[in-house]
Amino acid sequence: MIRINCPFCGERDHSDFTYGGDGSIVYPELDAPAEEWVEAIFQRENIRGVQTETWHHVSGCRQWLVVERDTMTHEIHSIKAAHEGVAKVLEAGK
Amino acid sequence: MSGSRLPDGGRINRSVPVEFHWDNRRVSGFKGDTLASALMAHGETIFGRSFKYHRPRGIMSAGVEESGAIVTVGRGARRDPNVKATTQEIYNGLYAKGQNAWPNVRRDLGAVNSLFSRFFSAGFYYKTFMGIPPMEWGKGTGIWMQYEKLIRKAAGMGVASREPDPDIYDHGHLFCDVLVVGSGPAGLAAAVEAAKAGLDVVLVEQDFEIGGDYLNQSNTEAEQKRAAAIAELEKHGARVMTRTTAFGLYDYGVAGLLERVTDHLSEPASHMPRQRFLTLRTRHTILATGAMERTVAFGNNDTPGIMTAAAANTYVNRFGVLPGKQIIVATNNDSAYGPALTLAKTGAEVTLLDSRTSIPGNISGLLETKGVTVKTGAAALNANGKRGISSLDLATGTHAHWTAADTQECDLLLVSGGWSPVVNLLSHRGVRPVWNTDNLCFVAPEYDEPIQMAGSACAIWGTSDCEASGQAAGAAAVAAIKGQSVSTPAPKAGGWETPIDPLYEVSVEGKHLKSFIDPQHDVTADDVRLAHQEGFVSVEHLKRYTTLGMATDQGKMGNIIGLALMAEALGKEIPQVGTTTFRPPYTPISLGALTGRGKGAHFKALRRTPMHEWNLAHGATMTEAGLWQRPWYFAREGETITEAYIRETITTRETVGLVDVTSLGKIAIQGPDATELINRVYSNAFAKLPVGKARYGIMLRDDGIVMDDGTSWRFSETDYFMTTTTAHAAKVMVFLEELLQTRWSNLKVHVTSVSEQWAGSAVAGPKSRAVLEACVADPASVSNDALPFMGVIETTLKNGVPCRIARISFSGEMAYEMYVESDYAQSMMDLLWPAAQSFDGCLYGTETLGALRIEKGHVTGVELDGRATIDDAGLGKMASEQKSYIGSALRKRPDLTRTDRPQLVGIFPKDKTEKFKAGSVLCAEDKVEGHGDGWITAVTHSPSLGHWIGLGYINGGYDQWTDQTVVAADPVRTGNTNVEIVSPHMVDPSGERMRG
Amino acid sequence: MTRFSAWSVFRNGLSGQSGWTRQWRDPEPKKQYDIVIVGGGLHGLATAYYLAKNHGLKNIAILEKGWLGGGNAGRNTTIVRSNYFMPGNRQFYEHSLELWENLSHELNYNVMFSQRSHISLLHSPGAIDGAARRYNTMRLTGTPDAEIWDLEKLKQNVPHLNYGPDCRFPILGAAVQKRAGTARHDAVAWGYARAADALGVDIIQNCEVTSTSRSGNSITSLTTSRGEISAKKVGFAVAGNTSRLWQMAGFNTLPIESHKLQAFVSEPLKPLLDQVVVFGVGGAHFYISQSDKGGMVFGGDLDWYKSYAQRGNLPIVQDVAECAVSILPCLGRVRLLRHWSGVMDMSMDGAPFICKTPLDNLYLNAGWNYGGFKASPASGWYFADLIANDRPHETIENFNLDRFAQGVSLDERGAGPDPKLHG
Repeated sequence: MIRINCPFCGERDHSDFTYGGDGSIVYPELDAPAEEWVEAIFQRENIRGVQTETWHHVSGCRQWLVVERDTMTHEIHSIKAAHEGVAKVLEAGK
Repeated sequence: MSGSRLPDGGRINRSVPVEFHWDNRRVSGFKGDTLASALMAHGETIFGRSFKYHRPRGIMSAGVEESGAIVTVGRGARRDPNVKATTQEIYNGLYAKGQNAWPNVRRDLGAVNSLFSRFFSAGFYYKTFMGIPPMEWGKGTGIWMQYEKLIRKAAGMGVASREPDPDIYDHGHLFCDVLVVGSGPAGLAAAVEAAKAGLDVVLVEQDFEIGGDYLNQSNTEAEQKRAAAIAELEKHGARVMTRTTAFGLYDYGVAGLLERVTDHLSEPASHMPRQRFLTLRTRHTILATGAMERTVAFGNNDTPGIMTAAAANTYVNRFGVLPGKQIIVATNNDSAYGPALTLAKTGAEVTLLDSRTSIPGNISGLLETKGVTVKTGAAALNANGKRGISSLDLATGTHAHWTAADTQECDLLLVSGGWSPVVNLLSHRGVRPVWNTDNLCFVAPEYDEPIQMAGSACAIWGTSDCEASGQAAGAAAVAAIKGQSVSTPAPKAGGWETPIDPLYEVSVEGKHLKSFIDPQHDVTADDVRLAHQEGFVSVEHLKRYTTLGMATDQGKMGNIIGLALMAEALGKEIPQVGTTTFRPPYTPISLGALTGRGKGAHFKALRRTPMHEWNLAHGATMTEAGLWQRPWYFAREGETITEAYIRETITTRETVGLVDVTSLGKIAIQGPDATELINRVYSNAFAKLPVGKARYGIMLRDDGIVMDDGTSWRFSETDYFMTTTTAHAAKVMVFLEELLQTRWSNLKVHVTSVSEQWAGSAVAGPKSRAVLEACVADPASVSNDALPFMGVIETTLKNGVPCRIARISFSGEMAYEMYVESDYAQSMMDLLWPAAQSFDGCLYGTETLGALRIEKGHVTGVELDGRATIDDAGLGKMASEQKSYIGSALRKRPDLTRTDRPQLVGIFPKDKTEKFKAGSVLCAEDKVEGHGDGWITAVTHSPSLGHWIGLGYINGGYDQWTDQTVVAADPVRTGNTNVEIVSPHMVDPSGERMRG
Repeated sequence: MTRFSAWSVFRNGLSGQSGWTRQWRDPEPKKQYDIVIVGGGLHGLATAYYLAKNHGLKNIAILEKGWLGGGNAGRNTTIVRSNYFMPGNRQFYEHSLELWENLSHELNYNVMFSQRSHISLLHSPGAIDGAARRYNTMRLTGTPDAEIWDLEKLKQNVPHLNYGPDCRFPILGAAVQKRAGTARHDAVAWGYARAADALGVDIIQNCEVTSTSRSGNSITSLTTSRGEISAKKVGFAVAGNTSRLWQMAGFNTLPIESHKLQAFVSEPLKPLLDQVVVFGVGGAHFYISQSDKGGMVFGGDLDWYKSYAQRGNLPIVQDVAECAVSILPCLGRVRLLRHWSGVMDMSMDGAPFICKTPLDNLYLNAGWNYGGFKASPASGWYFADLIANDRPHETIENFNLDRFAQGVSLDERGAGPDPKLHG
């Protein structure tokens, strides 16, 4: 069981969350050309090691989180709110 | 072997006799006995038969590593196959039988197999059974599958019950600072150390008594230490759990525990769970899991009456049973001397064979004085006796070279081939154990986990060293948790006076022996050598080719010998050959415990709308829709489902019908950028939706395929109410949250799932407005002017309940969707239903919902199947060309814009009296084969048209197929039906009725 | 190579098994090969075998970083079926099933392909219609063994399922493929290895590729833990390591994410279940069969998060147990003996890649999700065909990396570009 320390709720089992996917994806503008969207939607670096990824605290605060996690050991190195504004507020409140 | 109960001693309670059944005989034992000890006291020797050769199997150990005494316990629905007799406590009425034998374990016809054992070498089945013998002629799998039937019958071990398991199981969740696994000298010391420091400690012990190896010692000092430690733990509030196995260690300090609550009780209270599966989260773990004594490969080493030396010690000291009277002990290390002494003290005749040539004089001297004959440079070569050992052929020499010596009579042979620390749980963490050359065993390497190993699990052999090791581990855990540095020195591995001898197999030249290394699967030393001969030299290949270590003990006793023999064959050292990987669970655990209460009717959540009871009370038959139960149809007396939905459809088209639509997803979208969000996620235009209006919208996935459709109602500049399909409610909500939090965090808008907050009914049909007028406080508020087609209002029902209504239609009739707060759902229906009845209206369910929408060509999830584009579904014209939205870039990819893609069409039977089925493949009349040109997604009898109709997709769409005969092919059910392709809008294509 | 037969087993039984030799050689790697297949799993072994057998090619090596068959070849639940319906998938898996049917004879190795029927339970009228479309397509494309069973027929054939009133999702019938079944997974790897070896393929174990050398638009050689090996053509068939190797070849991304899938086996039991039974309803997904040794072999969904770790976690263990006991209530007392996990290369539409790459002499075989076992014979067959002819066979023409840009869908589940939802 991965234990995820949600910045809003505290440490919870990973089964309270859903794994979103690759958190390093920069989504193109909606009117960007199809090639950029193909790259963003279908192509993955698929890192073996520490990757940036998203999780959704679906059975908790329903916040999306950006997590740095090692895909070999499952060890989490950092975690923050995905919403930039919220993340800043949380960081300032520390 | 002729076991017998000693006149006194042991931890059994001789004042509490226990009666039980063994192989249809009544037997008695005492409270505190295991099935093995009780039966051993009765002189029982054969408990089961082996997998392949059906050789008799007796007791080989006194614990979870047991590979011989494996039996079936219980009867009927409570039959448990493959139970280790060495761990099963006896209770009054216990019913146990030997297994893998017919008619019984003593006389087993299957033993004929052993006559052919010379042919049944490792992996022989990969070389034959393919075709007609002797040369495997033929093709295909037919011959093999005949053989397979016989092989399957012969394989397997116990017989599982065919009846549902009647017992209940519970789940629990525990948290602690320190988990200590094992309650022997090391575990107790560790737990006490941690508990004294004020930490929250959980100590788990798989046995039914706390104490581990203390329980096997007969001296009073051991008992005093045990009692003192237990008292200390109680004083500091540690949680001590017996009959609880830590079966697996998982990520982040999570341990899986299995607590056996009633497996030892004859009549457990009905409310008690049989077992509990506990998920424990700990900050630190101490594994004081002990070590297991290994055997040695020699001839017929599987004969009943051969067990480990430590097991015999346990039977005498803990259970008061003497396993034999004429005893030989064969060892390669110091540890068997204690058991030899224990047995000698009972008056048994004991000979000790030590494979080493020099041993410390003081040990052997002590033994001699107690009447034990000690022979050095001697080993067990071959056991004689079919149903139990009667004599032993000895070998003399050294592990490098043995010579056959004399034969000595015996009824019990105890073997010690060294000890294997239980590193299994650490191995679950991906830590690979390393070989310790001093102690000839695998131990933990350096590793980076919040886990301490303690006691003999670290190859520390002496009791006081184990205690010190436990204390040090406890201190280390305390220090780690409190962030202090560690100072308590821990003892090192070892503790024997004379080094252990690397003895894994005893054999002499010119004599062929059947030397078993996995007695359950009948894997022999020869099998390992054959694997080597055929190139299966990697440890994993060895395991898989010979099945070594794949039996119910998972190689706890045999793996090391297999590894050693392979190393010898390769001319390598053991660590060069590999190591063993242990997978969870440590010991097998019932699926019932893992399941807990989540089975039968409680398998997966059941979702019911707040009108569920109301619907049932009004005659609904329910159907499953994902996790939801929804009304399917409301049959009147004597009606079939078909009759019911046809009536409901006609009634709705002619007057009015009500249907529960609560299961639709509902999302509140609020904030200054609400319009912007909605406009970005729907493919059709939403920017200019006026307040007080609703609009149908189609959402695409990022890849341009349709994700969902629904409506959004605008209540104010900043407030929308979005509905989604039932199936995609959660998915859409999650997607909106993802967009707002990860991609568009600059948008000022908040989304809230309100699916559970609002209960809804659709009111459809020409009389729907009249029904509404009868139900709302202000009838004028629902007039055609006040609430035109696609209009939205918030108003109040006659009974004062606030409601929101949109005039939207899925049925094609003039229709409304109205929602009230969920608690008022039934009161809304109590208003709507009498009003509808006054117009001879009806209630309807999903079947009529389907009929109405199919007639109209409205799409649902079967059409929007995750592969369809908005154009495929015939809705391409709705997609905005003026804006960019989710999916707009990728929906234009080349293959998605082909004009010959399948497109939504209506389907009529050629012969209007015929029906056809959804799931049929549409084929051109002259080519009913291959993938066809399309398929049928949904069908219904159309009361409006008077015949069966369908929706479906066909390549190129309606235009390509006009006036052609198409075959609806359904070879798996009904065969072929000739159909014609029509526009999907089969009833009221201009939509006048819904605007009406 | 000694031919395996009842006769040879008998003869060796009499001679103390002295006649058996290595099933495949343990050669030193040569400096140069015409074709190097990286990955000694089922797909790589089958590819090498068919390159030699179907195309008469020589001088082929398989490089395996550990022991052959050590990846997902030995970690799967051994199910073989061809109940796919999308063009391309359908023909590919059907061809694979046909290869399976004669594989033991072809390889002279008993892979124990047991055509015991694959039974997908159906719980709603809609599910029956959905299955009908799939199984109708199978029939129409020449697979006669596709059937829809009603409840009565199902009860007769699979008596121990939960037909009781407490079943959360009552069973209404089943979609059945009778030629489908299970096989002995390790034996398939060994059988291909032995047969490929006999045709001269060098199987080189404990040989890890650590980097590639390129000249122009070609790979010239591979640096391995056993030295530099040059090759005229290179094929990658390294499930679980595809992205890493791809990056070694100088590329960045692939339409693949690696996830882990757990598998489970119970203690051995006398025969209890004679078919493969599968169900998927209410968000659950489960498949079970009984091995010839007697263990119940079963599995369910992925662990739901990306991982390269070959170990699973408890939530899925519980989910899968719930499925098992709910559908076969008599399994409540049956004990789980072992659970383990493997790394699955999940693709963006659940379909694989057998294709050319931007490099002239590099070929890719990847993205098998968790259905690669049944595919392995055809995977090897078509990959060999591709490598030998340097152009894709029409059956696999969409199994390429470009299909996402083109909008071609091979998505049997309609789940969209979320790799964890395929399988």
